[in-house]
Amino acid sequence: MPDYEPVLLANIAKDDSHTLAVYQAGGGYATLRQTLKDKSPKQVIDTIRGSNLRGRGGAGFPTGLKWSFLPEDHPGPIYFCVNADESEPATICNRVQMELDPHQVIEGTILSCYATRATTAYIYLRYEYPLSYRRMQDAIDECYAAGYLGKNILGSDFSLDITIHRGAAAYICGEETGLIESIEGKRAWPRIKPPFPAVEGLFRKPTVVNNVETVACVKQILERGVDWFKSIGTPPDPNNPRDPGSYGPKLFGLSGHVNRPGCYEAPLGITCRQLIEELGGGVWKDRKAKAVVPGGLSTGLLTGDELDTKMDFTGPGQVGCLGLGTGCAVVMDETYSMIDYLHNSCRFFAHESCGQCTPCREGTEWALRMMERIKAGRGRLKDLELLLEISATIGIIPGTTICGLADGAAWPIKNSIDKFRDEFEDYIKQTNPQGYMETEPVEALEDTEHRDWPNLEASAASGTTT
Amino acid sequence: MSTTETILTDEIRAAIRTIFSRYPTRQAVTLPALHVVQERLGYVPPKAVVEIAELLELAPAQVQDTLSFYGFFEQDKPLGRARMWVCRSLSCACRGSEGLLDYLCKKLEIRPGQTTPDGRITLEFAECLGACDHAPAILVNDTLHKNMTEEKIDQLLETLK
Repeated sequence: MPDYEPVLLANIAKDDSHTLAVYQAGGGYATLRQTLKDKSPKQVIDTIRGSNLRGRGGAGFPTGLKWSFLPEDHPGPIYFCVNADESEPATICNRVQMELDPHQVIEGTILSCYATRATTAYIYLRYEYPLSYRRMQDAIDECYAAGYLGKNILGSDFSLDITIHRGAAAYICGEETGLIESIEGKRAWPRIKPPFPAVEGLFRKPTVVNNVETVACVKQILERGVDWFKSIGTPPDPNNPRDPGSYGPKLFGLSGHVNRPGCYEAPLGITCRQLIEELGGGVWKDRKAKAVVPGGLSTGLLTGDELDTKMDFTGPGQVGCLGLGTGCAVVMDETYSMIDYLHNSCRFFAHESCGQCTPCREGTEWALRMMERIKAGRGRLKDLELLLEISATIGIIPGTTICGLADGAAWPIKNSIDKFRDEFEDYIKQTNPQGYMETEPVEALEDTEHRDWPNLEASAASGTTT
Repeated sequence: MSTTETILTDEIRAAIRTIFSRYPTRQAVTLPALHVVQERLGYVPPKAVVEIAELLELAPAQVQDTLSFYGFFEQDKPLGRARMWVCRSLSCACRGSEGLLDYLCKKLEIRPGQTTPDGRITLEFAECLGACDHAPAILVNDTLHKNMTEEKIDQLLETLK
């Protein structure tokens, strides 16, 4: 891997990196000062458009293009939301940024609000990040005291207030219109689009929702320039005129069976193998990677033979994954069961489906029931076909749901059964030798209510309770 | 003036009112208000829902609708002094978190979602805590406990007496 000097994480190793004093000593808020003086909001949007920056939250939509959808000459208010709901399993990088370098996130937010002419920003922060909350709130307080927030920032005619809005443990709030509904005080049911938030979003006003890492990239691009940003990453495919490429640095998370789990910064386009071997110190216990989740649970699976896949916005899709997602990988070693993996995934999505669209609400729950039955040794080969049928029929891609949660539920099913079919079939045959060929409906598991934890009455009776 | 006893104290009401100016609608204060109440009272009983609705100029059903969407607010009785979230998502599961959840169930003799009879601990499973680099992870109130083992759980429980 070529030498790469971290930019997004440059500050985090310093003592008290979360404080304004340390951030400013490293040049913090100079970009804000310069931009307010030298650039119009339109110029900032043009710069970000020219950089081809793509959203870091999962979908990879071009940020400048998203901003340009805002109506011109809107009387306001325009709202800006920072998506800090980071709930995609395996995803950790927003947390690292907010805990260790909150001012970079806030400077990026202020710059993004200036560009979009938003005068109120909400940071939608998941409740399970208490340290992020404290660090971000302290940083915001410091900014008000220093004149970086509030009325007439640094003597300009630009004013901005930032409020942290804490979530309440619901994955769906990371979907941008679910997030908007949640701020409005309603259940976080995603909205049908169009209208897109840029036209009618929070409180029915034009709204932009960007991820924490995206606004940090905005700050870096305005500081270092478009040419710097485009010198990093993967250029557009010359054969695809619609490909904006995968430019810039990216934060990659790494967890599971690796020697050094963590948050790493590298150019977009490094291979999954480089992430695991060079940054993560390799698979633990001298084992091999059997399967790797490339970018959050929703994105599906790479096999151990697909590790040379590029971690950019096109790489994982080329081997059948949903996409790059959040760029946060989970390594599963050769001892880890794909049945356990898929059961875990189905359980997550069944729990987190918001219940609005029937195909997702019912599909995720039935997939979980089948995986529970398979795991318990009562699976049938036919269940694999049923699981694949569910995975082919829930989501935005088949056109049956409002948001992409169901696509994220479908991909782990598709990828694991397609890529590890033998393991599923062998497991079913071995654990259910009498019934694996059954094609008629079979009874569900008993005691599904308490399926995830031990039977306490039984363990108490046998005296094993400690 | 009603003489009926209210569950939301003047302090709680004042804390909720200070949030009003941050949002253009009262309904948007729903989630912040629910947090304020649960932090102070340990739960959000139906009576509190009615009083929150009054403060926010909403129908109680609107507040209840939002509350019940999130699996976060307790309505029957106060949460334990320590609310313990054991992550069970993939990265933590790869490193043994489901065994730790079983261990805690047996040790505390409760299931996830339940509180010990002495009101000390509420045990919960969590979907990804975003602490995958420290798997298996357990969040106890505002403190993240990293790279947990059964031994470290024993030590943690000692501190939660």
